[in-house]
Amino acid sequence: MSKPVPTPPDHAASSAQHSIDQLQDRIRDLEQTAHDTGQNLDLALGPLREQLQELHSQKLPSRWERVQLARTAGRPTALDYAEWICTDFVELHGDRVYGDDQALIGGPAYWQGRRVMLLLQQKGRDTKDKIKRRFGSANPEGYRKAVRLMDLADKFGLPVVALIDTQGAYPGLEAEERGQGWAIAESIQRMSRLKVPAVCAVIGEGGSGGALAIGIGNRVLIMENAWYSVISPEGAASIIWKDASKAPTAAEALKLTAPDLLALGIVEEVIAEPAGGAHLNPQQAAHNLGQVVSRHLDELAQQSPEQWQQGRAERFRKLGAFEER
Amino acid sequence: MALDRFFPRRKPQVNRAEQDTPDLWAKCPKCKANIYLRELEQQLYVCPKCGFHNRVNPQKRADVLLDGPLEVWSGHIWPVDALEFHDTETYPDRLKRAQQKTGRPDAILTGRGELDGLPVALAIMDFEFSGGSMGSVVGEEIARAAERAAAEGIPFVLVAASGGARMQESALSLMQMAKTTIALEGLARRGLPYISILSDPTTGGVTASLATIADVIIAEPGALIGFAGPRVIQQTIRQNLPEGFQRAEFLLTHGMVDMVTDRREQRAELSKLLRLLQARIGPKVPAKSSEAGASEAGASQPAPQEGEHHHV
Ligand SMILES: [Zn+2]
Repeated sequence: MSKPVPTPPDHAASSAQHSIDQLQDRIRDLEQTAHDTGQNLDLALGPLREQLQELHSQKLPSRWERVQLARTAGRPTALDYAEWICTDFVELHGDRVYGDDQALIGGPAYWQGRRVMLLLQQKGRDTKDKIKRRFGSANPEGYRKAVRLMDLADKFGLPVVALIDTQGAYPGLEAEERGQGWAIAESIQRMSRLKVPAVCAVIGEGGSGGALAIGIGNRVLIMENAWYSVISPEGAASIIWKDASKAPTAAEALKLTAPDLLALGIVEEVIAEPAGGAHLNPQQAAHNLGQVVSRHLDELAQQSPEQWQQGRAERFRKLGAFEER
Repeated sequence: MALDRFFPRRKPQVNRAEQDTPDLWAKCPKCKANIYLRELEQQLYVCPKCGFHNRVNPQKRADVLLDGPLEVWSGHIWPVDALEFHDTETYPDRLKRAQQKTGRPDAILTGRGELDGLPVALAIMDFEFSGGSMGSVVGEEIARAAERAAAEGIPFVLVAASGGARMQESALSLMQMAKTTIALEGLARRGLPYISILSDPTTGGVTASLATIADVIIAEPGALIGFAGPRVIQQTIRQNLPEGFQRAEFLLTHGMVDMVTDRREQRAELSKLLRLLQARIGPKVPAKSSEAGASEAGASQPAPQEGEHHHV
């Protein structure tokens, strides 16, 4: 199901990624041949593996560097992308129970001409805006609004496009009182029940359950310098070493980058960013995101409602690593 | 409270280790009372003086809830170190220790048994194994158990005890939240009850997925239940948390659980609930007209109805 990222030749980071992908494929083929035929291909494999290591260590940013890129000031926010890619976005407000969360927003729009329901995790653009939006960490109202918008998406046959960018759901006292865990769980459940297709893209940070809440897509995509993990590097570092400054080490251990997640089968595709990161050429980043999401929406449009529901269930049902004994 | 009322047929099972234990008295961590171990066991590890609920292992949990033995389903799949996770020790070392400590491949026990004569599927999380954390194996075992329960047409009961998703499997653990939630949908489609019992502690990704989407949520007295950990919240809001914050009783007050139920009453409560919720296994109410009779006959074999599980 996954397709290689289209890579312009002037694109340093992603052409390196491209070479790595090609090299990995060659190594895998050779290993398979060695396994199938019983031939010893170590002489051929050795240099290739060295070359791969070299590419990994020299050409690509480290995992921690990517985490920092995902947080860089000036990196496009979900709303930036929506404004550049979409037309006629009508933001709908409120969960009809308690309030209107500013960290998780959404509404119907045209995605390069296609009717969709947008769900956006919005971090904010300036300090005041960021505080208002709790830096993209939603309260339960945000997830309950998302559920309401998914109801509308089903009712009016709008495919869901979710742009994920959060360090996690807001860990506040009131959030707990109003059932943060319950709200996230309901959102996961509601999204899995959608009768329309859903395409999700992690555009910056994909922190834990707060990100997964709108991440139950038929296709889950990730931008080249975004991360997605069960816990933030800082959170993991505080648990493991009781020291948040060990976050770079934790980032390595968590295997949280786009290439890692592609290898694990957790995402279908990595969306290329402009050289040096999305913040250096936001328009190019928006162009890439717009095109890739549109392609997936068009592919999914060929399927039946049963395939959308079943495909999504099967996609998540098979994720995990274990062995039968 | 007379225990016999709730466990008319069950004889307390004493395992060898307990019979041999030289330490016959236990000190309650809450009220500090010295309690005869034998009595503590008869009270299902609830302090007879103050009602403190001690943590119990999955096997004892199954004994508490079931009439007889659990027909064990889990135990055939083992965790792997897909990420080559290494922190202060390697993940395989961590796993080996937990496996030796608990005698099971991972933090989950599932199976089928009878609860007051009703067949049920049980999934019990093991807090002793890596804090009951949910990685690929826990997720897969719960998913398989939920699917098997749906296939066998029996209700599903989860006993949650977990610090959340397992860090050492990173995004793979995160995906188990989705996997279990989706697998439990099969029960909903077939009109089969899913009841969760939240024990101490139930937090993080487990609270934000399978544990809280149950049809009925039962919390154990005093259990810590929440999404974010108290320490993280305290760091965020920079003030002290109120007394009883994130405890079972707090959640009942805030409308997040259906009931807070003493462990010694859970079996009776479950039995009552399952009979009420499941038209086809409860004692039949005598039909007053031919119409009622017809609808009851219909209810005895509910057909799966794909389109009828709207969000509530
Ligand atoms: Zn006590």
